[in-house]
Amino acid sequence: MSRNLDVSPEVSDVVRAADTAKADNIKRLWNKSTPYWFVSPYLIIFGVFGVFPIFFMVFLSFHHWNPVAGLGSMRWVGLENYELALTDPMLWQAMWNTLVMALLSGIPQHLVALPMAYLLVSLGAHARHWLTTAYFLPYITSTIAVSMIFYIMYSPQSGLINHMLRALADGTLTSWAFGWINNFMPIAWLQENSLIRYSVSFVVFWKYVGFNIVIYTAGLATIPNDLYEAAKIDGASSFQRFRYIALPLMRPFIFFAVTLTIIGNMNLFEEPFVLTRGLQTAATNGMSISNYLYRVAWEWLDMGSAAAISWILFLVIGTFTGLYFWLFGRKGLEGN
Amino acid sequence: MIRILENEHYQRGVYLAGKLILWFILLLGVVITVFPFIWSAMLSTHDRSTMFSSTLTLQLSDQLVNNYHQLQQIMPFWNAMFNSMKVAGLGTLFSLLFCSMIGYALAVYQFRGRNVIFTVMICSMMIPPVLTLIPYFMVIDALGLTNTHLAVWLPFTISPFGIFLIRQYVVASVPRELLEAAKLDGASEFRTYWSVVLPLLRPGLATLAIVQFVMLWNNFLHPLVILNSREMQVITQVLRSVQSIPNTPWGAVMLGTTLSILPLLVIYLLSSKQMISGLTSGAVK
Repeated sequence: MSRNLDVSPEVSDVVRAADTAKADNIKRLWNKSTPYWFVSPYLIIFGVFGVFPIFFMVFLSFHHWNPVAGLGSMRWVGLENYELALTDPMLWQAMWNTLVMALLSGIPQHLVALPMAYLLVSLGAHARHWLTTAYFLPYITSTIAVSMIFYIMYSPQSGLINHMLRALADGTLTSWAFGWINNFMPIAWLQENSLIRYSVSFVVFWKYVGFNIVIYTAGLATIPNDLYEAAKIDGASSFQRFRYIALPLMRPFIFFAVTLTIIGNMNLFEEPFVLTRGLQTAATNGMSISNYLYRVAWEWLDMGSAAAISWILFLVIGTFTGLYFWLFGRKGLEGN
Repeated sequence: MIRILENEHYQRGVYLAGKLILWFILLLGVVITVFPFIWSAMLSTHDRSTMFSSTLTLQLSDQLVNNYHQLQQIMPFWNAMFNSMKVAGLGTLFSLLFCSMIGYALAVYQFRGRNVIFTVMICSMMIPPVLTLIPYFMVIDALGLTNTHLAVWLPFTISPFGIFLIRQYVVASVPRELLEAAKLDGASEFRTYWSVVLPLLRPGLATLAIVQFVMLWNNFLHPLVILNSREMQVITQVLRSVQSIPNTPWGAVMLGTTLSILPLLVIYLLSSKQMISGLTSGAVK
């Protein structure tokens, strides 16, 4: 240090002490700030893509805005967007569609997954692993790929599903039971407005049932074997063991899985989007709220209304999850 | 009837029949889940005429090479695959870094705002992606990032699920004494994280890597609104877009669909054990 040269030793000591104190301070400050350095990616990215937009969405929902015309074209319209959205029969239709598809795909998912998981657990670890791997496969595959495959299978003239039904109806052994199907051939699974919800729901069911099986298998594996053994000695049948031991102890898992299904199903977008060719065919009964939102924002370029619809969707999902938590939450969470 | 079933004489038979039914149900489940994949692979060897014939064809045809050429005509297939690979790869790498940093900090340090961050993070898991789609698009637009790949992976590197998974992992498998020891040896905070904690987190990071890669590879909604030029588009987008071509060569499309599934299939089959256990432990506990 150069200043040490022209000052007396006493002064230099003071300076040195001050220096170390300063260094200590910096070090303490640095140490105190370490956790913030570690979480800074979250703060920055979530701030930019999470917090700011949420507030902007509130602002936007009171404006009329076409994104092509730039930010300057924003015009204050008050509650008009909400009014327009809520009086639009299409929105109510979309909401109803979403609810119907959520129930049609959601309830069977759990009714099938629970018993399947129960059956799986009775197998050895090796067989269980391979079966679970197979069941889980649709979940990891992209919804787009899956929906494209089903789009082909649903095709009315040449699709696999109608082929199989036709084979059943014409087969010598099966025609007495399935002959009536011929009256409805070809079945337009994705073009017929009344069928489209069922067709979409089946794809959703097919894609997510394996995920639920995996969660339930994990849950069942936590139940100690002695409980089953004890029940067996008491003479409980296999079904009784499922009903009175497995089912009650599975409550937290069921609660978790159903919550995920509710949130996921209310957000249905890709399956109807692909299966109805970007909503060109049978748009009325196949359109979910998310699809409607996409259409308002990116096809009609009405961002203000879309923002208002987003908040309505948020309210709807919040209400359903809230209702579900209120009804089943205490029972569902008590195990934890 | 039940009396008969409980008769010791029949016990073995009943047991066997039960086993048989059990396996029948379980394998039927496998057939139903796996069949569509096999079907799409099968269709990728057919051309339009054999595919759309009026009889059910359950055998392979000879159009695979033809379909491959057609596939490249109707969509920039390998380019889109490369884009997907890039987006999923970069996104996964950075989310491993970010999620482990954040999860580690949330597990180890006591600091002001920790609980707020944690609560906000858990709540943000509940926000549906479509809801934030418009603001996401606007921010990307304002930053001038439309039609860039950065916009499609960066915002998803701070996956709440990943942070939560890593936090649980640190709590469970990084002993406090080890961190103290590292500090006593004079390791800086970052050094402790990098050379002591990260290696311990390897199994958790592996699970997260698979999950993130799968999510980013399969993402459709965000690329759909951000990437608009043909050469930037990812595979899910490109696959979907051929639906609007008149007289779509479905054999070629099914070939593309099958090929787009293959990378995920390989990763999944190599790591299914880890992925399934990681997903359920992170999700339920």
